[in-house]
Amino acid sequence: MSTIKHHLTDALLMGYSAGSLPEAFNLIVATHISVCDECRARMAEFDALGGEVMMCAETVDMDDRAFEKTLRSLMNESEDVAPAPTKRSVGVFPAPLRDYVGGDLDAVRWRKVGGGVRQMILKTDGEATARLLYIPSGVAVPDHGHNGIELTLVLQGAFSDELDSFGVGDIEVTNEDIEHTPIAMGDMDCICLAVTDAPLRFAGLIPRLAQPFLRI
Amino acid sequence: MATLWRKSHLFDPTKASPSTWIFTIARNRQIDLIRKARRPEPEELAWGPEEERDPSEALALQEETDRLGKALAELPEKQRDLIQRAYFGDLSHNEIAEETGLPLGTIKSRIRLALDRLRHSMK
Repeated sequence: MSTIKHHLTDALLMGYSAGSLPEAFNLIVATHISVCDECRARMAEFDALGGEVMMCAETVDMDDRAFEKTLRSLMNESEDVAPAPTKRSVGVFPAPLRDYVGGDLDAVRWRKVGGGVRQMILKTDGEATARLLYIPSGVAVPDHGHNGIELTLVLQGAFSDELDSFGVGDIEVTNEDIEHTPIAMGDMDCICLAVTDAPLRFAGLIPRLAQPFLRI
Repeated sequence: MATLWRKSHLFDPTKASPSTWIFTIARNRQIDLIRKARRPEPEELAWGPEEERDPSEALALQEETDRLGKALAELPEKQRDLIQRAYFGDLSHNEIAEETGLPLGTIKSRIRLALDRLRHSMK
C-alpha cells in the first residue's frame, strides 16, 4: 500500500523491537506493519540494531554446568513446531488483529457508545487498552483529550481532525496535549483500531459521567 | 540456548544476520517467560512461491550489519548508553527518565541524535 502517509514513530518501533511495549501497543504496531512496507523495513533496522547492541554488551560468565544443562534440555524437549507463516488476509483486518477479534469484520461484537458510534474492546493486558471503533461517515467522535498517548489506525474508510486527514493504513499518534475531534468522512463508514495507555477523558460532562461504564 | 539450537533450521542468512536473528529469538523468549506478555507478529509478506535467494544477499546483509555495529561502537558514550537501556533495560522512556534523573526531553533528543547518526553512517 503506497498511499500510507502517516507512519509509526521511531520510539514505537524501537519499543516494539525491544519488546518493552504493552500488549495493546504491540498489537497496533504489528497491525500497521502488516500493511506498511516502509515501517516493515524500519522494523528490520531496529531488530538489526538490537542485535548489534546485544553483541557490544559485556559478556557474562556462565556457570560451568550451563553447557550440560543446555544439552539436557535439548534432549528432553520435543521439537518445536515452527509457527505457520500467517497468510495474507483477504478481509478488512490484517492477521494480527484478526487473531484478537476472532475473525474478520463479521466476527466483531459491537456495542453502542452513542451518536451511532460503536466499539469493541479487545482483550489485552491491563497496561493499555485496545478497541475497535466504528464511526458512521459524517459522524464525529466526541471531543476528547487523553491522559497519555493515543494511537489510531484506519482499517476502513477515512477520518480527519484538526491535525490532518487519515486513510486506510494511516496511523495517528497523539498525546495528552492534543484535544481533537476526528470526523469520519468519505463514502464508507470508518473503522479504526485505537489504543490508549490511559483512559480517554471527554470534554463534555455527560460523556465523562458515562466513561467509567463504557470503558472508553 | 536450547531454543536457538532447536530453531537453527529456520535461520535464513539472506533475511537476517546471525546477531539480528539471535536477538529476535532471545527477545521473544524473554517476553514469553519473564514478562508473560503477548507480542503479535506482523502478517507475513505475500512473496509468492519462495525462491532461492542469491548467497551474495547474505554477504551484503552481513556487511551492512557489521557497519551498523561499528557505527554503534563509535557513538558518544551518553548516546550509546541510552540506546542500550532502551533495548535491554526493558524500560520505557519515562522509566529511563526516572532511573537516570535526566529530563524526558533530553532522553528523547539523545536517542533521536543517536538514531540520526546511525542512519547517516549507513548511507
